[in-house]
Amino acid sequence: MAFPDRIERTVEIAHPPARVWAALTTAEGLGTWFGNEATIDLRPGGSARMSWEGGFTAEMRVERVEEPTVFAYTWHIFGLPEDDPRRTYVEFTLEPAGPGTRLTVVESGFAQLPEDAFRKAYDGNTEGWAKELGELAAYLDAA
Amino acid sequence: MPPDDADTEAIAEQVFVALADPTRRAILAALAAGGPATATDLAGRLPITRQAIAKHLGLLAETGLVTAAPGERRRVRYRLRSAPMQVAQQFLAALARDWDGPLGALKDHLDREG
Repeated sequence: MAFPDRIERTVEIAHPPARVWAALTTAEGLGTWFGNEATIDLRPGGSARMSWEGGFTAEMRVERVEEPTVFAYTWHIFGLPEDDPRRTYVEFTLEPAGPGTRLTVVESGFAQLPEDAFRKAYDGNTEGWAKELGELAAYLDAA
Repeated sequence: MPPDDADTEAIAEQVFVALADPTRRAILAALAAGGPATATDLAGRLPITRQAIAKHLGLLAETGLVTAAPGERRRVRYRLRSAPMQVAQQFLAALARDWDGPLGALKDHLDREG
């Protein structure tokens, strides 16, 4: 299918799972190889955040924490507007491979559809900025 | 009922075909920047004849990338329809996602730690 929903990569790493786990799940690790700075509340439902030079940030919600084999989170889809509700699910799986680790990352959910993509109602002139600006005008009139 | 993959593909293709033409890009960009406009409005803003703009607007309306507000023929106002763009965006998001770079950086990070 030319329209990918999931991206999968597997890499062999010459370090044991415990070391890879720490790099994936600590602020120090994430802030070194992934972002320039990171914070993480390592529990399902916890928040994590990475930031890069230039002002880019990524907000994550931790979903699975099963040390030292599965770490997963969801995040905003890169490149979509800030207010777009679509999120992808990222899951890291660590397996011992000799003295090292086989690390698999799967990011899925790219092909989910925006809720309004096929709703004819969306075409109405009442939607979008015209509506927002109308609400602003009404709010100011009432004040 | 959710559309199948073929529908999604068809919508993404229409967006990319529309964006492949510089005149249509200019028309879509003008509607995005300035809001709904008639073919005459756009002809005043773009270095393109009204007839050419009207032809492209008709094509964009057929594929659902713009919608025409009901009205007298020469006063029809066109506005962007964002839903197909959102479908195309997710296709681009998958292509723009780079895991090879970060995974390479993870390996380098662990090797440097020794």
